[in-house]
Amino acid sequence: MKERLKTAWQVFNRPSIHYSLGFLTLGGFIAGIIFWGAFNTVLEATNTELFCVSCHEMRDNVFEELKGTIHYTNRSGVRATCPDCHVPHDWTDKIARKMQASKEVWGKVFGTINTREKFLAHRRTLAGNEWARLKANDSLECRNCHDFEFMDITRQSNRAAAAHEKYLASGEKTCIDCHKGIAHRLPDMAGVQGF
Amino acid sequence: MRKIIILATLLSSGLAPTAQAQDYVATLRGPTPLNEQPSAPAVPKVVDEDTKRQRSYPEQPPTIPHSTRDYQVDLNANKCLACHARRRTGESEAPMVSITHFMDRDGQILATVSPRRYFCNQCHVIEHRVKPLVENDFVDVDTVLSK
Repeated sequence: MKERLKTAWQVFNRPSIHYSLGFLTLGGFIAGIIFWGAFNTVLEATNTELFCVSCHEMRDNVFEELKGTIHYTNRSGVRATCPDCHVPHDWTDKIARKMQASKEVWGKVFGTINTREKFLAHRRTLAGNEWARLKANDSLECRNCHDFEFMDITRQSNRAAAAHEKYLASGEKTCIDCHKGIAHRLPDMAGVQGF
Repeated sequence: MRKIIILATLLSSGLAPTAQAQDYVATLRGPTPLNEQPSAPAVPKVVDEDTKRQRSYPEQPPTIPHSTRDYQVDLNANKCLACHARRRTGESEAPMVSITHFMDRDGQILATVSPRRYFCNQCHVIEHRVKPLVENDFVDVDTVLSK
């Protein structure tokens, strides 16, 4: 093993005999662009609603529930797709979330929620993961669109304005503390804060 | 002469449908002929003013003064109780569900809302900003007594 590593290092460390410095630097540069571009393209392809609903687990359960909610259909036609709420927009955070999502690939391969019954059995845990994530990042994905700074609370209903002024403005609560189950059906809420 | 005839025909053809519309038999369908599809009425706006409304009679379940779009009320969760349950009223400042809702059918007071009163919108409803279809001549008990 040690011998092999040593030869590998020697090959790696030795100056090139056949290829020019120009070829190696330019080639490396172009290969870099191609690899990076491909990586980002694939990353973005996995960051679309089309990709999410290509699995029946998402298409038949959560996506079906999203339809009809205000985040899917509304008067102005602005709508949120899956990654708008479930994947951070910043690159580093996005990569971190994508790495976490490898566990979800595992779940897909082994059919953890491949029937409606299994999905319902896991629903509380799965929802809990999202609540915890949004709580930890101060509902970042909500705030990507719903920025409190630009919220005109005089245009809200009285009780919404009062609640936002009291709990959101003071930073005492974050969006997800009150707005659970706005885009999907709720799991059994026994013991959940706020229910 | 010819012009007058044309005018008269136009007028009569213009008037004919209105005359028909006035003396149709009242049905849910309205004056639309059977072979035509009536256009659906506009979806009315929910009254969302958060102001208490007077009840017409003491037993009337108060109407909901706010929008309840997508409120989930089922085995898993009760969005109404997320504000109106006793434990939640401190934070939400919403009126508490009346103690009568804690009673089971034998009159026993339970710790929380009785299962038979769990489905709020069985009795409590939102109000839409619409004109009443028929005139309401209901008078409340005070008015009756004062007569």
